[in-house]
Amino acid sequence: MHIVVCAKQIPDPETPPAAFKIDAATNKVIPAAGIAPVLSQFDGIAAEAALRIKEAKGGKVTVISLGAESAQAAIKQVLAMGADEGVLLKDAAFDDGDSYTTAKALAAAIKKLGDVDAVFCGRQAADWDMGQVGLLVAEELGWPVAIIAKGVEATDSGLKIQRVLADGFETVEMPLPAVVTVSNEFGDPRYPKLPQIMAAAKKTVTPWAAADLGLDAGSVGKAGARLQLQKLFIPEKSSKVELIAGDTPQEQAAALVAKLVADKTL
Amino acid sequence: MANNILVVGELDGGAPSTTTLELLGGAQGLAAGGSVSVSLLGTGATAAAGQAAGAAKAYVSDDAAYDTFRGEQWLAAVQEAVTQSGANVVLIGQSVVGRELGPRLASRLGTAAAMDCVSVADAGGALQFTRPAYGGNALATYTIATSPAVATVRAKSFEPASGGGAGETVALPGAGESRVAVLGSEKAESTGLQIQDAAVVISGGRGLGAPEGFQQMEALAAAIGTDKAAVGASRAAVDLGWYPPSQQVGLTGKVVNPDLYIAVAISGASQHMAGCSGSKVIVAINRDKDANIFGFAKYGIVGDWKAVVPALIEELKKLK
Repeated sequence: MHIVVCAKQIPDPETPPAAFKIDAATNKVIPAAGIAPVLSQFDGIAAEAALRIKEAKGGKVTVISLGAESAQAAIKQVLAMGADEGVLLKDAAFDDGDSYTTAKALAAAIKKLGDVDAVFCGRQAADWDMGQVGLLVAEELGWPVAIIAKGVEATDSGLKIQRVLADGFETVEMPLPAVVTVSNEFGDPRYPKLPQIMAAAKKTVTPWAAADLGLDAGSVGKAGARLQLQKLFIPEKSSKVELIAGDTPQEQAAALVAKLVADKTL
Repeated sequence: MANNILVVGELDGGAPSTTTLELLGGAQGLAAGGSVSVSLLGTGATAAAGQAAGAAKAYVSDDAAYDTFRGEQWLAAVQEAVTQSGANVVLIGQSVVGRELGPRLASRLGTAAAMDCVSVADAGGALQFTRPAYGGNALATYTIATSPAVATVRAKSFEPASGGGAGETVALPGAGESRVAVLGSEKAESTGLQIQDAAVVISGGRGLGAPEGFQQMEALAAAIGTDKAAVGASRAAVDLGWYPPSQQVGLTGKVVNPDLYIAVAISGASQHMAGCSGSKVIVAINRDKDANIFGFAKYGIVGDWKAVVPALIEELKKLK
């Protein structure tokens, strides 16, 4: 089975809130000094799910990322985990796209690979948290899709998946080729060991631009985006927190409850 | 601008769900002279249309095959409702249904979806969809260039609709094929009220110091009422094994928007705030006056939770 893992490099979500800044002129996050970008955690889990199937059933795992040159690091991390090949979709034409243009480029790359049986994505990228790309790749390819998986198993006829629901989980089955998005409930990804990291560092990542995928530069990136970001901003915190005074915890508790009752919160 | 809005409804025990009524309330405010309609799929849908306050027209199918959500079956029906209603705006709850249907519906209609919105505003021109990003550190406002604009919306983002139910129903076809087969489902073991449904959520963090601290959180919830209040936990506390993962609030846990969120001994990392920043009122109890959580809280008590929480329980008992 040939599984493609879609991997995204994002600003480290553990960046302290104080170091999180936005450039209002460009509506972009200003990279925090000294904090390296990371592989989106859900994509690492998707890679783990794919690698476990490869180990059980044989086959190949290819990791694809759309991003800047720095996204090589995210690809290498998945290669070090055990993926066989890496592809970086890199083109200035891809810049400032939306979930739709990203999915369109990923789907074109998956078609170009040709022999792909399944695509594994994280449930959402841990920067924008949209949760769209996996579904949109499935729609672009016309494949069935199951999202927010906590368990994935290859059967004789396809994939059997445990999906997380609001109040439990369900088991579904679908034929290949198919798309799965994987959630944190699946479990932690493996940590690559030093020899694997060294071996991955030596691997060549295939670069593909829009033209390599047969995509017109005007149909991807900002030019092709349908969802238009108007403003990215840090919400004004109610920094006027009202600290409840009182000489004893009992006084403070009484004052707090009185305020919540007066607000009709309680 | 007048908007023709379709709300993709969900049924809860044969009636429109709370979120469906909230979306209809939001749609009433945004229609500005346009129409509001609702789609309802599954057992009892036709009867439920009469309770879909705010909708003029309901697109319904009573086919029991819709009772279990299967994306492909719902997609076909909802796409039909969009076409028939001439909607230029489609609102869906940010639920198991919405997470899957939003992007796929948008794709099939050649448009885009804004996911997990906390507000949809008419600023004269195109509707503005605002949603949290970067783990709740930022808000992003979008417009959608294509039509219809599709948005999934968080629970409790709008006030529920008022007025009568849908006066007119239009039949949608029964469920078609699904390549994804549902083999079975299991409910998570739950000790009563789900945290997403609770009006009050009390969450404990690593600062509780020991798993026994959660007994005090549960006592606080009981003092408010177990029908209203539920107990959550930060990822740190869950990772330590102090409380079940099903109760984790945050980016990788549950997103809650209660009327009141009481954060006890939680520092307020952005991962955690992503799960609770939509709460109407946040109360923070923390020993560290510089803790990030106080930046989000309306009320704060700087002090040791071990003294504050028992005092709070005593005060709440007096209300009864």
